[in-house]
Amino acid sequence: MSDANLLLAVSAMLFTLGLVGVVVRRNLLVMLMFLELMLNGVLLSLAVFTFLLGAEAGAVLMFLVFVVAAAEIAIAVPIVLLLVRAGRTLDPGSYAGLKG
Amino acid sequence: MTIETVFLSIFSLGALAGAVAMFFLRHPMRVALALIGTMISLAAIYAQLGLHVIAVFQVLIYVGAVMVFMIYAIMLLDVRDRSFTERFSPMLVAGLAGLLLLVGVLIDGLLRGEPLVAPVVREDVFSVGTFAIAFMDEFWVYFALAAVLLLVAEIAASAVIDIRRRGEDLAAARREKRDE
Repeated sequence: MSDANLLLAVSAMLFTLGLVGVVVRRNLLVMLMFLELMLNGVLLSLAVFTFLLGAEAGAVLMFLVFVVAAAEIAIAVPIVLLLVRAGRTLDPGSYAGLKG
Repeated sequence: MTIETVFLSIFSLGALAGAVAMFFLRHPMRVALALIGTMISLAAIYAQLGLHVIAVFQVLIYVGAVMVFMIYAIMLLDVRDRSFTERFSPMLVAGLAGLLLLVGVLIDGLLRGEPLVAPVVREDVFSVGTFAIAFMDEFWVYFALAAVLLLVAEIAASAVIDIRRRGEDLAAARREKRDE
């Protein structure tokens, strides 16, 4: 198993752990952190392929994904704050009545 | 086994240990600290691969901006409700079964494939200087797009806060009317 295969396996495990964490945990903020973990798993695989191909465009794409992650969290956290102000709980089950 | 492989294995174990710890820790602040450990381990992996510019971004943007923002939110919302006393949702068993299945399939796919070997690449291709020149020379449109995206996110976050303020003003006006 080469170094790249090892890192791709780690990337797959991080993504899977993040996905399962979003499903099984019961706290909105913790679920957001597991979403970030999934994104980190995907970024690791992107970094491995950038390294293998020696492509600068891959590094630029990673920078853009970092910016998207920052923008995502800048919007997601105020929405969670808004929800908690209204419902006084971080349990997503309490917001099952929301219908858009 | 080379020294690079040993370091990559150590940092990979660190990243996975942080991710597993996130599952079992109860308080969101401890979960955030475990995630920061995972992110720093990933930055070390990027540096080990020679992707120095990505390692710098990982620490600056993820640990320095995203996680600090998350920690502010955790400090603001210290809610001790059911989400704190009961860590897991009723989907726990199904989620763990899915975890084992997915990890098994993904790792089996990787082990069956041919080992991936890196070609010889110019050493300074991912240094900060080379990246900065290429970024502003060839990819400047994407840089401008990233700036626009951040501006849109800032406006959206302000709009969300404004909705909350207006909602609170409306609720206060209703309470005053009811009291009269």
